[in-house]
Amino acid sequence: MSITVKDVQHVARLARLHLSPEEEAVFTEQMNAILQYAEKLSGLDTEGVEPTTHVLHVSNVMREDVVKESLSIEDVLLNAPEEEDGQFKVPAVLE
Amino acid sequence: MSLFQYRLSELHNMLHAAQISASELTEESLSAIARVDGDVHAFLTLDEEGARAAARGLDDKLATGAARGLLFGLPAGIKDNIVTKGLRTTCASRFLDNYQPIYDATVAVKLRQADAVTIGKLNMDEFAMGGSNENSAYGAVRNPWDLERVPGGSSGGSAAAVAAGEVFFALGSDTGGSIRQPASYCGVVGLKPTYGLVSRYGLVAFASSLDQIGPLTRTVEDSAYVLQAIAGYDAQDSTSAKVDIPDYLSALTGDIKDLRIAVPKEYLGEGVDASVRETVLAALKVLEDLGAIWEEVSLPHTEYAVATYYLLASSEASSNLARFDGVRYGVRVDDGGGLVDLYHNSRSRGFGPEVKRRIMLGTYALSSGYYDAYYLKAQKVRTLIKQDFDEVFKKYDVVIGPTAPTTAFKLGSQTEDPLTMYLNDILTIPVNLAGIPAVSIPCGFAEGMPVGLQIIGKEFDESTVLRVAHAYEQHTDHHKQRPQL
Repeated sequence: MSITVKDVQHVARLARLHLSPEEEAVFTEQMNAILQYAEKLSGLDTEGVEPTTHVLHVSNVMREDVVKESLSIEDVLLNAPEEEDGQFKVPAVLE
Repeated sequence: MSLFQYRLSELHNMLHAAQISASELTEESLSAIARVDGDVHAFLTLDEEGARAAARGLDDKLATGAARGLLFGLPAGIKDNIVTKGLRTTCASRFLDNYQPIYDATVAVKLRQADAVTIGKLNMDEFAMGGSNENSAYGAVRNPWDLERVPGGSSGGSAAAVAAGEVFFALGSDTGGSIRQPASYCGVVGLKPTYGLVSRYGLVAFASSLDQIGPLTRTVEDSAYVLQAIAGYDAQDSTSAKVDIPDYLSALTGDIKDLRIAVPKEYLGEGVDASVRETVLAALKVLEDLGAIWEEVSLPHTEYAVATYYLLASSEASSNLARFDGVRYGVRVDDGGGLVDLYHNSRSRGFGPEVKRRIMLGTYALSSGYYDAYYLKAQKVRTLIKQDFDEVFKKYDVVIGPTAPTTAFKLGSQTEDPLTMYLNDILTIPVNLAGIPAVSIPCGFAEGMPVGLQIIGKEFDESTVLRVAHAYEQHTDHHKQRPQL
């Protein structure tokens, strides 16, 4: 199975990326090569094999429910590209 | 005579005996950086002022007779994907060009608690994605052994800084070989600990189920020193392991009599340079002479590791890097088109081509209709790869092979062909998928470039890995060779 420029454009939208026509062409070719290589997995019988999502046997790790001080607003906003009144500022979502 | 010829333990003793001071060590490091880093380009951010102040503080502490930490006075470099409070952390990405962390990674805290001196932040492949360090937004690192060659990636800056004698040790991170492969290319010792042994809190995530922080050093003993200082459970990291930390230094006995070594035939087969194979076989002979026994085994799913890794790592990367949206930190490109356009524009401007490629691959593998065929399938193959190791470790103490199939290649020679670049990691990737520890140590040279020997161990058995590496090192002098800069 091969992917097309149209597929690449669709995936770029999902990934929140703008690609130039040149990037689309290069990625189409390179992703096809990589996915074609990845096809070798399909020939391997994995019937009944449990997937490994994580090598450690840990799940639902919770900390103690202890009240503690959180970050200051100044710290949180230190790297903000744009802020106003102690909040991150973004373009209007609703008109 | 340069202070860089000494092991960390020797420097420790010299400091204690007041033969040298922490300030002298720091000046030695800073002057070496001034002399060679224009060629090597290992550093992205130097903290001369902070390092000098820290060293002065340690000298004062020594004068009072207060207890000294394990890494007392030793200047270190930290890979630039490990956050350091108040010290710029870029991940070698334009996206984080001016990012000032508001907290320290746990390993940065531990280095400070151990009285190390942080000199600065080291160059890397952008967001740790790459095997050559050519993907840094700030320009490639060069291999100190041959400035026309790559240092390996993604911890290329960390490996090169240690090899070039700019710092006494460095921290790197290893997702698919990013500590061991540059250690191999640069002729230094690079240790990837068991997943969960070292806290990842404050490591900017690439592939969370694979990433692990570890040391790059000149000797195995130095590696044990640094590991001792940074290992341990951390409640701030939900993937941190609750295990007892042994005394890694006491494991360095030099004795490997009757040690059982497995050598996978897949690690010495097609694709591995003849010169690398011969060098590794010669290293096995040294271990054999020391009383170890080695036999050929098979890790049959090795050939599937690279495909498995790139599907899983890219999937996790596409998810982890979704947080880079231009709202809370980093690049923001607002053309007045609304919030979704701001996301698109910021990400497109901030990320380099390799990062975009992996985000695209991961988004594709996780997308509706392809999840089972790619992502889930890769998770199942990961199980088979882990089972291969489990089976071998029933009979053997360690697995040994080359770290990389070739020595360092020329800058620019593989940049147009990502698949070939990915295949360079074929011998290191299975270790990350299985979550087990491995070290790369210098074991000789091929056409003037260092060759790395990879020693792989059972989970949380760093002691055996380091013991074997140390025994080998005691009977060879490859680790004492220095590049001429």
